[in-house]
Amino acid sequence: MNNTGKKRAGWSWWYLLFVIQFAVALWPPLYNRAEPYLFGIPFFYWFQLLWVIVSAVFTAIVYFAVEE
Amino acid sequence: MQEVNWIALTIFVLLFGFITWLGFAAARWRKGDLDLLHEWGLGGRRFGTVITWFLVGGDVYTAYTFIAIPALAFGQGAVAFFAVPYTIIIYPLMFLIFRRLWNVCSKHGYITAGDFVKGRFDNRWLALAVTITGIVATMPYIALQLVGLQVVIGALGISGTGLMADLPLFIAFVILAAFTYSSGLRAPASIAIVKDILIYITAIAAVIVIPYELGGFGKIFSSVPAQKLLLAVPGPNTTGSYSGYATLALGSALALFLYPHSLTGILSASSGKVIRRNAAMLPGYTFMLGLLALFGFFVIASGVDKLPEYAAGFKHFGNNFAVPALLLHSFPAWFAGVAFAAIGIGALVPAAIMSIAAANLYTRNIHREFINKNPTDKQESQVAKLTSLIVKVGALIFILFVPTQYAVQLQLLGGIWIIQTLPSVMLGAYTRWFNSWALLAGWAVGTFAGTWMAIAVKLTNTYPLHVGDHTFPGYSAVYSVILNLLVAVVLTPVFNAMAANKNRVDQTVAADYQA
Repeated sequence: MNNTGKKRAGWSWWYLLFVIQFAVALWPPLYNRAEPYLFGIPFFYWFQLLWVIVSAVFTAIVYFAVEE
Repeated sequence: MQEVNWIALTIFVLLFGFITWLGFAAARWRKGDLDLLHEWGLGGRRFGTVITWFLVGGDVYTAYTFIAIPALAFGQGAVAFFAVPYTIIIYPLMFLIFRRLWNVCSKHGYITAGDFVKGRFDNRWLALAVTITGIVATMPYIALQLVGLQVVIGALGISGTGLMADLPLFIAFVILAAFTYSSGLRAPASIAIVKDILIYITAIAAVIVIPYELGGFGKIFSSVPAQKLLLAVPGPNTTGSYSGYATLALGSALALFLYPHSLTGILSASSGKVIRRNAAMLPGYTFMLGLLALFGFFVIASGVDKLPEYAAGFKHFGNNFAVPALLLHSFPAWFAGVAFAAIGIGALVPAAIMSIAAANLYTRNIHREFINKNPTDKQESQVAKLTSLIVKVGALIFILFVPTQYAVQLQLLGGIWIIQTLPSVMLGAYTRWFNSWALLAGWAVGTFAGTWMAIAVKLTNTYPLHVGDHTFPGYSAVYSVILNLLVAVVLTPVFNAMAANKNRVDQTVAADYQA
């Protein structure tokens, strides 16, 4: 196996983070519920907003991992 | 309609005056020769991380978004939140695919998707299909931006009869047309910064102040009817609202970066690195969009839709009046003026980028390809400037003389049409396996099938796909682009066997796609 850490634009295992990001965002049964509430906000809403932040962190991780 | 709100109107006019000045001054910013098309139409590909953030943000999060998404939440509840997963998944796409496109486009001087497809597949008819789809899909989108502007102008209390009623829209339009003509992409890029600062101020203030006034989020959500609070749980033998929600998010995301104005925003970045950095930073807007969607519930909780002073506005603009009414009701007049200016300027930025993108397409892939094959640089940029004017006049006429509902429906169809360029543009960035005639056939079948599906469900979003005794309601754009791909895959070996692709040269090589 070659050193895949070299700067080349093929597949990187870090891209799996994107797959997780997609799968969760596009699977409504996972978050289509009201409980538990957070500051009076139903789960459906706060979870998706939280997922925005998680996704941004994932993308940043991939950026630094692939850019190195 | 309510009385003219003089304080709000004054603030609104002052801020508009400021961005008008800024739009013209932008011509001198990072100065370039505006007689070159890539200087006028791509800002010289010199925008760094921060400007690109504002510019792409201006593309994705438009005035119409700020009006329509909360209006959807107000009217139909939870489904409006599809905008959040939609804007979550666009950024990995940007990170992976569009940095490749940026690389190849900058290496070969491509300005449009049509340029890329022509260079990649050497088939001018496929490039023409991509170009016409781009222009046709963009037109109603520009018109919708003007609808956003119309709503806030109405909310300022300006009304009249006949031509006088449309005068403010006309003035805003002339401002837009003039600074786009003279400054090109530099104008919306600089104005986007002002727009976003105003939008952020408005969104943050509203998310803090309004729940406080209404007695907290708990109280707000308890006033939302149960059937609007969550997606309906699907019954037996159907994926119901779940597949509708997910495909709406997926299809919108795939369509977004195929729109010419998104590509214009991306190609104007100064490096592929800027694109990748932005993919990590742009979710900042997604979070705000999610908060804005909640405004729809603030409207329900505040009951402004039942107050007599806003009845005329709701009657005239429908649910699109929900956000302006909420802002008028919750804030002092001067702050409502700031918020309305944010939305109004938020209409001008994408409208300017869209008209520039459509002009680039026409100039490069229709005029240069079929009419004047060897234009001078100056002639080329002149054609683009004139085209940007024509496109905007078209959008204005549309809004003034055609019912708003048609613009909304055409924009819906536009999403279905533009996604049909996915195999040529997005997959084309990775592979040249497809036969260009097979891609063209797939495009035609997808466009036809998608349009048919949309009409079959009376121009609503989700088409109930029946497989056996199961039903999969989903966004027509997703179903039709799958069909498009199947056709392209099946026909590629067929056309290759017929040697229909002989002597077609790929201008690009694998290394062009890497940084």
